Amino acid sequence: MTTHYLVLSALLFAIGGVGVLVRRNAIVVFMCVELMLNACNLAFVTFARQHGNLDGQLIAFFVMVVAAAEVVIGLAIIVMIFRTRRSASVDNANLLKY
Amino acid sequence: MQSPAEIVQHSGGVIGVSWLMIALPLLGAAILLLGGRRTNKWGHFLGVAMSLGAFVVAVLSFVELTGLDPDQRRRAFELFEFIPGMVNMGMLIDPLSISFALLITGVGSLIHIYSIGYMSHDRDRRRFFAYLNLFVAAMLLLVLSDNYVGLFIGWEGVGLASYLLIGFWQHKPSAATAAQKAFIVNRVGDFGLLIGIFTIWTTFGSLAFADLTQQVTGQASEGTLTAIGLLLLLGACGKSAQLPLQSWLLDAMEGPTPVSALIHAATMVTAGVYLVVRSGAFFEQAPTAQLVVTIVGVATLLAGAIIGCAKDDIKKGLAGSTMSQIGYMMLGAGLGPAGYAFAIGHLITHGFFKANMFLGAGSVMHAMNDEVDMRRYGALFPVMKVTAVTFIIGYLAIIGFPMLSGYYTKEGIIETAMEHNAILGWLAVLGAGLTGFYMSRMIFMTFFGKKRWADDAHPHESPAVMTWPLVILSIGSIGLGAFLILGNRFMNFLSPAVGLPQELPETHVFGFGPAALATLALVAAGAALAWFRYGAAEVPAVAPRGSFLTTFARRDLYGDALNEALLMRPGQWLTRIAVFFDNRGVDGLVNGLAAGIGGTSGRLRRVQNGYVRSYALSILFGAAAVVGALLYVGNM
Amino acid sequence: MGETITFWVLAVTSVAAALGLVFSRKAVYSALMLGVVMLSLAVLYAVQDAPFLAAVQIIVYTGAVMMLFLFVLMLVGVDSSDSLVETIKGQRFWAVIAGLGFAVLLALAVGNVAFSPATGLGQVVASRDGNVPTLAASIFTRHVFAFEVTSALLITAALGAMVLAHRERVRPKATQRDLARARFAGPQPSPLPGPGTYALHNAIDMPALLPDGTVAVTSINRVLARHEMEEGFEPTDPEKAALIKQVLQKDDARDAEPVEGDKPIQVKDALQDENALSEEDGK
Repeated sequence: MTTHYLVLSALLFAIGGVGVLVRRNAIVVFMCVELMLNACNLAFVTFARQHGNLDGQLIAFFVMVVAAAEVVIGLAIIVMIFRTRRSASVDNANLLKY
Repeated sequence: MQSPAEIVQHSGGVIGVSWLMIALPLLGAAILLLGGRRTNKWGHFLGVAMSLGAFVVAVLSFVELTGLDPDQRRRAFELFEFIPGMVNMGMLIDPLSISFALLITGVGSLIHIYSIGYMSHDRDRRRFFAYLNLFVAAMLLLVLSDNYVGLFIGWEGVGLASYLLIGFWQHKPSAATAAQKAFIVNRVGDFGLLIGIFTIWTTFGSLAFADLTQQVTGQASEGTLTAIGLLLLLGACGKSAQLPLQSWLLDAMEGPTPVSALIHAATMVTAGVYLVVRSGAFFEQAPTAQLVVTIVGVATLLAGAIIGCAKDDIKKGLAGSTMSQIGYMMLGAGLGPAGYAFAIGHLITHGFFKANMFLGAGSVMHAMNDEVDMRRYGALFPVMKVTAVTFIIGYLAIIGFPMLSGYYTKEGIIETAMEHNAILGWLAVLGAGLTGFYMSRMIFMTFFGKKRWADDAHPHESPAVMTWPLVILSIGSIGLGAFLILGNRFMNFLSPAVGLPQELPETHVFGFGPAALATLALVAAGAALAWFRYGAAEVPAVAPRGSFLTTFARRDLYGDALNEALLMRPGQWLTRIAVFFDNRGVDGLVNGLAAGIGGTSGRLRRVQNGYVRSYALSILFGAAAVVGALLYVGNM
Repeated sequence: MGETITFWVLAVTSVAAALGLVFSRKAVYSALMLGVVMLSLAVLYAVQDAPFLAAVQIIVYTGAVMMLFLFVLMLVGVDSSDSLVETIKGQRFWAVIAGLGFAVLLALAVGNVAFSPATGLGQVVASRDGNVPTLAASIFTRHVFAFEVTSALLITAALGAMVLAHRERVRPKATQRDLARARFAGPQPSPLPGPGTYALHNAIDMPALLPDGTVAVTSINRVLARHEMEEGFEPTDPEKAALIKQVLQKDDARDAEPVEGDKPIQVKDALQDENALSEEDGK
């Protein structure tokens, strides 16, 4: 069963990665990042059960905390960018270049 | 055979202050150049005064020198230590140098005076006099210095003055180019002189004339002496416009006419003869070098005469004649003590009659609105009698009309050459015949025949300030030769400085040796031919095309073409190859590298496109690569 | 057996939802799809002996984080659906290649390992009376330092959000008095005319009519008018429709000018429009 969970985790992670690369709406990009984090959590939980060690679940818990903090800051930044540029597209903020 | 006298140290007297001869004109040049515009009003008078002052010092020195015993007449005195332990700068007053000093300051002063009138309309007359004074100072340093270093400094000084004066009207491109040409050609000769001086130093350890007596030089091998002689000859060829470095002199006529008279006829161009005579201690013991000197002299006297035959420009005609006459002097100087007196004598008389004719030509040009083409002259005799008469006296002197100056000196050279080597002698006779032709041609085309003037020409006699120098010079042209040569007066006078030949030549008021007869006959034939072609016949106002020989002479015997083909073009190709290599090779490498890096960076930085998603893509690729690498390592 | 069924159902659901998250046009749908994935994962946690995490997943993620996402979405504007045309050349192609490659690599890595049957957490949990006490013991003993640091992190995040979201007030807040004064100093002290009131259409989207029967421009409710225009509910009267269009176009032109901060429709603008339009009519 472990293999199944891990493959599912990998799939979700890859889908999230593709989403980050493909979507332009900053909020959706953020959601994809969350999806990737969740996929990682699934892998942690799976390994915790595989090895009979609770530390995996503990790490997943911390990941959730960090993800919550990150979402707060990230969304604040998005709101701020939207306020000045009237757009939530990540492609619009491309002034820092060659 | 009598060797030159010992050089004795001198103190006191006028000779003791003879450095004033150099200092006065130098001071004049400095005042005029540094004083700027505020000296404009009286600058030319200052120039003349300084030149005359030098002349007075020269005359007084000459008087004091003649008061001494003949074997005491080589006076040297030290001025200061120039290069410690090597060269002490000093003056050498002996019959040879004082002769030159008298010529330079005397003729120079007359030309200074003449220039007041000639340059009166020129805005830069003050600058002109400054350069003239500079020239006189440098030329006197050249002849009065008691060592080769001082001689070389003067040598370069006259080169500089010559450059400045040829290019005096630098707004004319032809003048600027001619000045550069003179300077560059002289560089070649100066290089030879410099190497020659180096060789003297390394061989004998001294550069003072007093140390380089015949006893000293006799200890060196003949090969060394020949080398020194040839190197000095190269320098002499450059300065005196002898073959193969003759090409600059004809172009040098772009300068104002007084410059042509003073520098490029009377004084500077004879410096080469002075050098050869002064270095007699080397030449007399190197027969090969002497032979080369005579050959160069004969070749140049013929070449100059041929060029003179074809030139329609009066100044260029005279320049060709100058080349030719210096060729005679060179021939005489190459004949050893027997020829020295005649060479220097011819040099002095030539200084007079050639300056006379150049100034006469200047007077004619002054009258004809600066027209130089003799085909636009004709029938000027009635209009400007003083100029014409003095010019004709100079003419008679140069063709060797009996009893006039040129007759004695030139005849002396021809006779001596004939005794020395018959071929050289007969070639010199042929040159005299050519001289008769081209000088007569000049006279007939200028003063006789029909008027071929330009429409706006109103010829008139020049002012007194210009004609009086002509009169004085023409007097010299008449009597100086007889005074110097008859009774071997000049030879005896010079003997302390250059020595005496074994037997003194016989001199007559009017001698008819076979050579003299032949010379006179050839000169008469030349003059008659000139009369038929240019006196009696109509002279076309525009030069006819002429035969191959005429073209050959008009193009200066293809000297410029030869220089161009042999030196300039290979040099240009070399430069072009170097430039090509520099542009394509060196620059190409460096610039190519820079451009390559720059271009690559320019393209590479496009990767930084500002899109977060592009960066994220590369991060994902990186992560995939890390996973792949881990898998690979784990499977190993 | 039960676990297998659960897994396959939830795996298919979550992968489908994840794909929906990536590919749906509207951000709100994406958010909902993410909610589905999170709930599925919560169940999978529960199945894998992690009841506490399952609860936290639902409370923190589905409850708090998802709500935050939705709030921001509403703030930014729900109706702006994303254009799906790719602007960066080759981005989509390479993204898919990289994603597939990454997934295949991970799958290969996982597939290469032969796992023994799972140990399970029964033993660990048994010693402490269940999952939550065991986790709690671990957090507050071995990992207490990390836990405390987490609190610092959260405080920092809260402060950061406040700082970022804060907008500096550049002039003092207008008081009631200021507003009243401005109103009476302005061009129109009275309220704007209300929406139209006449027999057939007593509705807020109907502009009022002036005594001469023409439309009172100032009474047009712009928000509703825009909505109706976009949805195709134009007024039947062509003259009225044209007027509304004109007003909206002027609004658009005004919006196009970049302005700091929000810009509500102002009384002044409305009056300007009216004057401009009546001038055009006069001509």
